[in-house]
Amino acid sequence: MFGRLGFDDLPTELITIGGALSMVGGLIAVTAGLIYFKKLGWLWRNWLTSLDHKKIGVMYIAIAVIMLLRGAGDAVMMRAQQALASGDSTGILSSDTFQQVFSAHGTIMIFFVAMGLMFGLINLVLPLQLGARDVAFPFLNSLSFWLFASGFVLINASLVIGEFSAAGWLAYPPLSGLEYSPGVGVDYWIWALQISGLGSLLSGINFLVTILKMRAPGMKLMDMPIFAWTVLGSMMLVIAVFPILTVTLSLLALDRLMGMNFFTSTLGGNPMMYINLIWAWGHPEVYILVLPAFGIFSEIVPVFSKKKLFGYTSMVWAIMSITVLSFIVWLHHFFTMGGGAKVNAFFGIMTMVISIPTGVKVFNWLFTMFRGKITYSSPMIWFLGFIATFTIGGMTGVLMAVPAIDFQVHNSLFLVAHFHNMIIGGVVFGYMAGLTYWFPKFTGFKLHEGLGKLAAWLWINGFIVAFGPLYILGLMGATRRIDHYDASLGWQWLFIIAGIGVLIIGAGIATQILQLGYSIWKRKELRDSTNGDPWDGRTLEWSTTAPPPHYNFAVIPEVKGQDSLWTSKQAKTTTKQSTTYNDIEMPKNTDAGIKLSAFAFLIGFGLVWHIWWLALIGLFGVIIQTILHLTKDDHEYTISAKDIKLHEQHRLKGTSL
Amino acid sequence: MTKPHTTNHEQSLDKAKFGFWVYVMTDCVLFATLFATYAVLRNNTAEGPSAKDLFSLNFVLLETMLLLTSSFTYGLALIFAKQNNKKMTINWLTITAMLGLSFLAMELYEFNHLITEGHAWSASAFLSAYFTLVGTHGLHIIIGLIWIFVSIFRLKQGTLNIKNNNSLTMLGIFWHFLDIIWIFIFSFVYLIGVAL
Amino acid sequence: MKNHKSNLMNYITGYILSILATLAAFIIAKESLVSGWILVYVILSIAILQLVVQAVFFLHLSEEDGPKLNLTTFYFMIMVVSILVVGSLWIMKNLDYNMMPEQQNQHMLDQYNEGGF
Repeated sequence: MFGRLGFDDLPTELITIGGALSMVGGLIAVTAGLIYFKKLGWLWRNWLTSLDHKKIGVMYIAIAVIMLLRGAGDAVMMRAQQALASGDSTGILSSDTFQQVFSAHGTIMIFFVAMGLMFGLINLVLPLQLGARDVAFPFLNSLSFWLFASGFVLINASLVIGEFSAAGWLAYPPLSGLEYSPGVGVDYWIWALQISGLGSLLSGINFLVTILKMRAPGMKLMDMPIFAWTVLGSMMLVIAVFPILTVTLSLLALDRLMGMNFFTSTLGGNPMMYINLIWAWGHPEVYILVLPAFGIFSEIVPVFSKKKLFGYTSMVWAIMSITVLSFIVWLHHFFTMGGGAKVNAFFGIMTMVISIPTGVKVFNWLFTMFRGKITYSSPMIWFLGFIATFTIGGMTGVLMAVPAIDFQVHNSLFLVAHFHNMIIGGVVFGYMAGLTYWFPKFTGFKLHEGLGKLAAWLWINGFIVAFGPLYILGLMGATRRIDHYDASLGWQWLFIIAGIGVLIIGAGIATQILQLGYSIWKRKELRDSTNGDPWDGRTLEWSTTAPPPHYNFAVIPEVKGQDSLWTSKQAKTTTKQSTTYNDIEMPKNTDAGIKLSAFAFLIGFGLVWHIWWLALIGLFGVIIQTILHLTKDDHEYTISAKDIKLHEQHRLKGTSL
Repeated sequence: MTKPHTTNHEQSLDKAKFGFWVYVMTDCVLFATLFATYAVLRNNTAEGPSAKDLFSLNFVLLETMLLLTSSFTYGLALIFAKQNNKKMTINWLTITAMLGLSFLAMELYEFNHLITEGHAWSASAFLSAYFTLVGTHGLHIIIGLIWIFVSIFRLKQGTLNIKNNNSLTMLGIFWHFLDIIWIFIFSFVYLIGVAL
Repeated sequence: MKNHKSNLMNYITGYILSILATLAAFIIAKESLVSGWILVYVILSIAILQLVVQAVFFLHLSEEDGPKLNLTTFYFMIMVVSILVVGSLWIMKNLDYNMMPEQQNQHMLDQYNEGGF
């Protein structure tokens, strides 16, 4: 009846029990709170079923933050283990739990934190920057979010029921095959990623069409803000490579569920094909994440330097060449796995070539700052941290692009330090800067500046302390998945320093939470007095009020050239608002996305535990719900011009209706 | 790129069509990945039978012709839909669906035949790749058929309007796309597999 | 927008050309008119030809108004697909050449046991 599921699948180890209890406890507390304050209906109507891209963006970020806390908790556990488990001491985690924590950390940070923050920020900002009222397909957007949420629930369910994968964040076979991983851990990994990956693919299509079809009248592609360009590059990569991930995960699942032989070691299967395919997705994935971060910095640097971005056209070319080049470097993730000299040389050279457009971008930012009137607000602090760490990461990356060197440092902590340099220094700092920069747009008040700067400095310094030692350890021969080592190696003090670094980053995260709470408490003092343009911005999102009305723009702006808001501010024409309003059609709220994703969850959960009837219910649910939704006719409602006029009068005065 | 005189509605249909096209392109990558996997694993037969021993080209030629003809008849349905001829649209859609069903039946027959002969998907990496590639195409055909039946049902209930005309155009893209994928399966898996 | 009659002609032309291409490929393979790698190239060329025929006559890719977004995405996908397929085959052939699959399997397990990935 319940497949493999039984009572002995509840957690037994102290640390996993703690994790499970905090997860379940948190859920109960939040639900009880919502019921007590009678907010459940409000939450459902105003948030969960909403198709407003701004609300969907906020929900993405909320999930990403929850997962950031879990992923950071994993990081603390791993570093604590490594700092303690020298010689006779075995540390705090059993070896198997360590492998699960290790796998969970990577999976969560990439798929749920970085992707969540990215789609959250794109959702919030992109339509506003393009002068659009919503994304191209609002319902699809909600569906994407809920699929992401469904994957989020599934991966967290593994904490309470069963176990998580111990096969690393990319689950290489034969280790992830049935022979070596017979439990449910790898299945949780597969289906959580499969469901949320489907959401990412749909988002990719959605934002691509939004950029190509929904720009405000007059905005040519070469007039778009650089952030929109980076999103375009990133979404091109999403639609090109997420299908590869879908297939790769499916093949692994077929091996495990139906006894197929794609990646098994018997009957002709070839595990190297998995490695090939997963990196054909995995390498572009890194650029999917980092390109929007580049875009964020390209928005922030000009605004805080009070100068036009240096080299707009070269920036666009750099973005597009990175987009294309990132397809042809994937082999560098497995130089050491038997490739010949020709193949390795080709992919090594391509990897080095990709650093050229990236270098162009760094110089463009620096030249933008050169002779600018720079304000060192907290987004700029994040930018400085980014430039320093990202350049170091880039250099170690070029170093490892040389196959001969890679043979020395592969699978070592040197590699771990390198990619954290790119992902924390590049992606995370970028998104943090973006969150700080755009926060007042959506709330009407700024985040507390002092705490923001403190958090940025804690992150940057914590990062150096945490990952500097890993470079050294890697060169000394410490492997990436090490959970115990001999005392005579003399590595312990380096691991202890790295652990202290993680604690400093933790303090940075705590400061950010404090900053958010404090800023909400003091929101009156931190109020944005400009009603929507606190940084003296250059792009269209700053031309509407803060927070923007749900239709974004009462009158769709006409665009002439780049930085059109800045140009019109210089010409002092913005105050002249057009007062003729037209009816606006907006999408109605719908719960179809939630229902579809709930069915998708049932499919995933059923397949993890081999509860076939549950998976079938989910499948039929998905089919029927899709047909019902697609054949329904009225998805829109109209806001009359009169209502908009009324709303606008109040809004522009800053009073509520 | 908004044209000054198009209505909101036309614009949103135009967007939907383009978005669907982009989806079809992602489906191309999905099939390309399966093709690459098949190409890598096609000789890993684990001492079992290979494509040469298993497939009958005449059988597959008939399948190909069925699908190709259904692609053509779908085109005719679309022409009548543009002329607002509801009855003929439904007729040609029905013919398309019948051809699609026959194709599917032949494919299932072939699968069943292979399995009962002891050449199931678990027998070798080659067979796993074969069943997955061809089976994924078959699943797409099933989705297409459901879509055709829903369209016929909706046309019988209502009228031909710009919205379901647009839905038919998208279904057409999907159906033609499946035919193109099949041509590559036919050429690469069957023709080359048997002849090489 | 072209008129219906020329649309019908489009479908008929596409249909006939597709049938001819299918039959040509079938006969070449069935009768083994060519063999070895030449056969692979010939059959795949005919398949690509048929792809072009159907893209033009069935999908009407060539008659788009305004900026040719459909065609551009199509070219982009062709690029991605080619890189993926050619790259994968090249890499996998190279790996097979340097290591037998059983060795690869052992190699991966060794790396894992050393505390690698």
